[in-house]
Amino acid sequence: MKVLVSVKRVVDYNVRIQIKPDGSGVVTDGVKHSMNPFDEIAMEEAVRLKEKGKVTEIIAVTLGGAKGEETLRTALAFGADRAIHVKEEGEIQPLTAARALAAIFKKEGAQILFTGKQAIDDDANQTAQMTAALLDLPQATFASKVELDGTKAQVTREIDAGLETLEVDLPAVISADLRLNEPRYLKLPDIMKAKKKTIEAVSFADLGVEAAASLKTIKTTPPPTRSKGVMVKTVDELVSALKAKGLV
Amino acid sequence: MILTHEHKELYRTVKKFVEDELNPHVAEWEKEGIWPAHEVLKKMGNLGLLGISKPEAYGGMGLDYSYEVVFAQALGNCTCGGIPMGIGVQTDMATPALARFGSDELKKEYLAPAIAGDMVVSIAVSEAGAGSDVASLKTTARKEGGDYVINGSKMWITNGTQSDWACMLVNTSEGKVHANKSLIVVPMDAKGIDRKTKLDKLGMRGSDTAMIFLDEVRVPQRNLIGTEGMGFMYQMMQFQEERLFGAASGIDGLTNLINETIEYTRQRQAFGQSLLDNQYVHFRLAELKTEVEALKALVYQTTEEYVAGRDASMLASMCKLKAGRVGREVTDSLLQFWGGQGYMWDNNISRAYRDTRLISIGGGADEIMLGIISKLMGILPSKRKHEAKKAS
Ligand SMILES: Cc1cc2nc3c(=O)[nH]c(=O)nc-3n(C[C@H](O)[C@H](O)[C@H](O)COP(=O)(O)OP(=O)(O)OC[C@H]3O[C@@H](n4cnc5c(N)ncnc54)[C@H](O)[C@@H]3O)c2cc1C
Repeated sequence: MKVLVSVKRVVDYNVRIQIKPDGSGVVTDGVKHSMNPFDEIAMEEAVRLKEKGKVTEIIAVTLGGAKGEETLRTALAFGADRAIHVKEEGEIQPLTAARALAAIFKKEGAQILFTGKQAIDDDANQTAQMTAALLDLPQATFASKVELDGTKAQVTREIDAGLETLEVDLPAVISADLRLNEPRYLKLPDIMKAKKKTIEAVSFADLGVEAAASLKTIKTTPPPTRSKGVMVKTVDELVSALKAKGLV
Repeated sequence: MILTHEHKELYRTVKKFVEDELNPHVAEWEKEGIWPAHEVLKKMGNLGLLGISKPEAYGGMGLDYSYEVVFAQALGNCTCGGIPMGIGVQTDMATPALARFGSDELKKEYLAPAIAGDMVVSIAVSEAGAGSDVASLKTTARKEGGDYVINGSKMWITNGTQSDWACMLVNTSEGKVHANKSLIVVPMDAKGIDRKTKLDKLGMRGSDTAMIFLDEVRVPQRNLIGTEGMGFMYQMMQFQEERLFGAASGIDGLTNLINETIEYTRQRQAFGQSLLDNQYVHFRLAELKTEVEALKALVYQTTEEYVAGRDASMLASMCKLKAGRVGREVTDSLLQFWGGQGYMWDNNISRAYRDTRLISIGGGADEIMLGIISKLMGILPSKRKHEAKKAS
């Protein structure tokens, strides 16, 4: 069974985000980047399934500029067999990403597309769902447990009311939530081996994909700074303070 | 030094390992005066981290020394100095000579398991009467049958209460002190070894330090590393890696402590403003950060020279000297800004203050580094000149 894992290069989660002075976005130049943490989880899941003998080939895919190659090398060190780099500079909107992933999915004849539930840069949480729609495939998002059984996948998902278990026919799209697994430490030998694995570069044109422009960023602003809190000494004081504010 | 994607990935793996597997236990290990070397090193061996620049034939990665330096730098994220030191002894202080000069048989028996993390290793050079003056050490090994029979003692031996073997410098003959020494692999469970005494120290408390007595200890002669009589030379070469590693592992810990101190002084109020807003405080922090960056630049430059195969002994000695000096200056100033809190025992800053003090002493004191640098600068008065002066 062939699986596709999409991995995105994002500003590292440890970086304190700065807004560009003109409000057109966040500062990314000279800022540490790494693989989207949810994509790491998706990658780890695919590798575990391969180690269990349920998956035969893992293909990592990224979309974006030249630096995306580093993210693919990380995916290859995790255990992807090969990688595809959809090399396009500039903004890539979720629908565009979904179109490209759908095209590759079809071309490769993959059985599962694993993605992170969202990327921590724009937190859009759309790509997995849109790709499933474009491919007309079942989707199981926010997975916290995945079990493969021949032509089906049992996926446990975290929802507000608790846990929900879905059974989906394969091929399908699965997006990974935080508690699906804990990604491994990359072993140094694997890091070095990844250097030798192949990365195929393709363009939107190669894939017959048209870039979507359905979204427009109007302004980027930092979240409002929290105003100073008040210390209360007793529960009674807390309750009356909340009542005074009309919050309870 | 150019950091490739692979260097960065290595750094990330090691930093994550330090944060998840070491830092949560530091307080406990410091209290116990020992770290579980076998357990930790096995995990690191599984990640391929213990033989980064060692030959692939013995399980190493065969990479150039820049990767080893990045490894050391990442270990600096540990919130104590003792554990990185214990690890560094295994990877860069006790094993380079064996890798370089040992026989194939010896490397299979002792280097491969050290790289896999199955054996813990010590470097045993110093003696109670011979620290700076390595050449004056007194431990002897005489030949008897197929064996060396070792008598003497070793002092301040890192990992010494739990190591499986030690790379030991001993006198294998009479004669000139620089030409009578050999490095021998000594299995620590050999009969006649007493290493019960764990020394009580000012810092590096999570690392066990042993006093070792050797009474008629028999070791097969094939445990000799390289050629008899070359031990002193081999050890001087091995010291280069030790010094570069020691300096590299100091950098990021100091940077982290500066950052912690920025946060602390930003929060802490005195005289109606944060401590950090005093120009004396923020200027000093800027100065310290500059020192740490300068140390890093020196370490990287030295690494470049070393990787290019050029003689880096002067630069490596400078790294060691500078790391000791910068380490003391930074931790002393930071502790000052933490005030009474900094003077308490169990916190990162007072621990670093105690731990970094060793850098100026262990593996060749600052004054020994100055001696080496002076000699290589050609400004050390030679013995002959002294004698000529005496005669006139
Ligand atoms: C925690 C710890 C761990 C250690 N681990 C190991 C280990 O694993 N293996 C090992 O072999 N050793 C180890 N050592 C020993 C260490 O390398 C020695 O302590 C060090 O080399 C200094 O030797 P010494 O203590 O005998 O000092 P001495 O030689 O007595 O020197 C004392 C001081 O005299 C001054 N001095 C010495 N020579 C000169 C000179 N020529 N000119 C001017 N001033 C001079 C210096 O200030 C020096 O600090 C360890 C030590 C410690 C404290």
